Amino acid sequence: MTWLWNNLDLVLGLTAEHARLSAIPILIGFAASLPLGWLASRVHWLRGIVLTVFNVIYTIPSLALFVVLPLILGTKILDDLNVVVALSLYAVAMMLRGTIDAFGSVSGDVLQSATAQGFSGPSRFWTVQFPLAGPVLLANLRVVSVSTVSLLSVAALVGSGGLGYLFTNGYSRSFLDEIVIGIVFTVLLALVFDAILVLAGRLLMPWNRRAAVPTRIPFLKAVIPGSAR
Amino acid sequence: MNFLIDAFGFIVDPANWSGETGIGGRLLQHLVITGLSLLFAALIALPLGLLIGHTGRGRGAVIGLTGAARALPTFGVLTLFVLIGIQFGFGLSLPPVIVVLVVLAIPPLLAGAYSGVEAVDRQTVDAARAQGMTEWQILTQVELPLALPLIVGGLRSATLQVVATATIAAYVAQGGLGRYLIEGVQSRDYVRAVIGAILLAALALLLDGLFAALQRLVVPRGVSRGSTRTTKTGSTAQRPSRPFDATRTPVTEG
Repeated sequence: MTWLWNNLDLVLGLTAEHARLSAIPILIGFAASLPLGWLASRVHWLRGIVLTVFNVIYTIPSLALFVVLPLILGTKILDDLNVVVALSLYAVAMMLRGTIDAFGSVSGDVLQSATAQGFSGPSRFWTVQFPLAGPVLLANLRVVSVSTVSLLSVAALVGSGGLGYLFTNGYSRSFLDEIVIGIVFTVLLALVFDAILVLAGRLLMPWNRRAAVPTRIPFLKAVIPGSAR
Repeated sequence: MNFLIDAFGFIVDPANWSGETGIGGRLLQHLVITGLSLLFAALIALPLGLLIGHTGRGRGAVIGLTGAARALPTFGVLTLFVLIGIQFGFGLSLPPVIVVLVVLAIPPLLAGAYSGVEAVDRQTVDAARAQGMTEWQILTQVELPLALPLIVGGLRSATLQVVATATIAAYVAQGGLGRYLIEGVQSRDYVRAVIGAILLAALALLLDGLFAALQRLVVPRGVSRGSTRTTKTGSTAQRPSRPFDATRTPVTEG
């Protein structure tokens, strides 16, 4: 514990960097999965292609992706951008199936009623379909958020892993406390992100107070690859 | 692009495949580490998952466990266990690494077994019971075959996780394909790192493809593919035919 007090600045600085480097991919992943998922939920042949492409990307171990991306992006090996891009790709891959399901789960009757009431394409999407898909989207986003925060620490091996630095540094110095503090702060950060998402969900979807049901299924969903992929 | 050409040149040269630190040796180490971890994890998780699915007890615990496991940074846990292992006199050996990989592989395996059994139509189970089958017969002859695609799905997920994490395990242990990556990054030998990345990606994709094929093979005859639904009565409408096909668990590390 004394180590923590003596190095509080370092730990807090790394935590802030960790928050920044994981928040960007989470947001990009969410934003990119919306149009992709929406399109894939409407165009049948696109669904298969998009899901396959992201499944393949997803299968590649992250350390391998961190190392290969500079070849494609033309970046330096130790550039933060590699990590951000890799984690964004994973975030889209994790988010996509849920997004397709979320948009697909909005009943066709509801959409037709909305059209009959005079909603045009975009306004129907933003005011009817998007909010109704909200709970499932949120549940998936929470999974993405927790996973991204935890995954980022691997990037310490290529020089930009936020709190992951405490693992490589602690390991090379054989210093257990440092590693334990790294783990604790990573988990705390994941919890903070999760709390922010839940809170945002409550504020944006006040009708959905008892959202316990949709949050459960995606949790398991995210663990099992599809039987029908 | 020169990096890629050099890397492929290295990989296709048979001379680089022999010996303990050659590609063949590293690949074998990676597969042994992965296989052992999956075996131990399956021995623990599969019976437990089947039991939870059959009895319906402990469901909340599984969901909590998978959620909590996701938040843990595997890299940190790995370095921690290996350091503790060293302090207990294991040296830089494999047991601490395998322990971490086993712990990591348990949640997807458990969830696969449990959700596979739970997704079996209750009417099918009731029908089996009405035919006079014992609980053990129901579990082994009805629920297990029908759950098999999802169980293999859990195994597939766990395999990906373990293959990826065994990569970063090369940082703390000595073996596996991750050595190329780690050595390459540490010595700023970019070609070497790319060699590791290509081999690892190829291994992961190959294993994933094999398990995808296996998942299709184990669907029992008479069950439509990707569905555990066996009856077409009204109540099945309440149960989605593919309850848990989904985004896979994040490859937590590697």
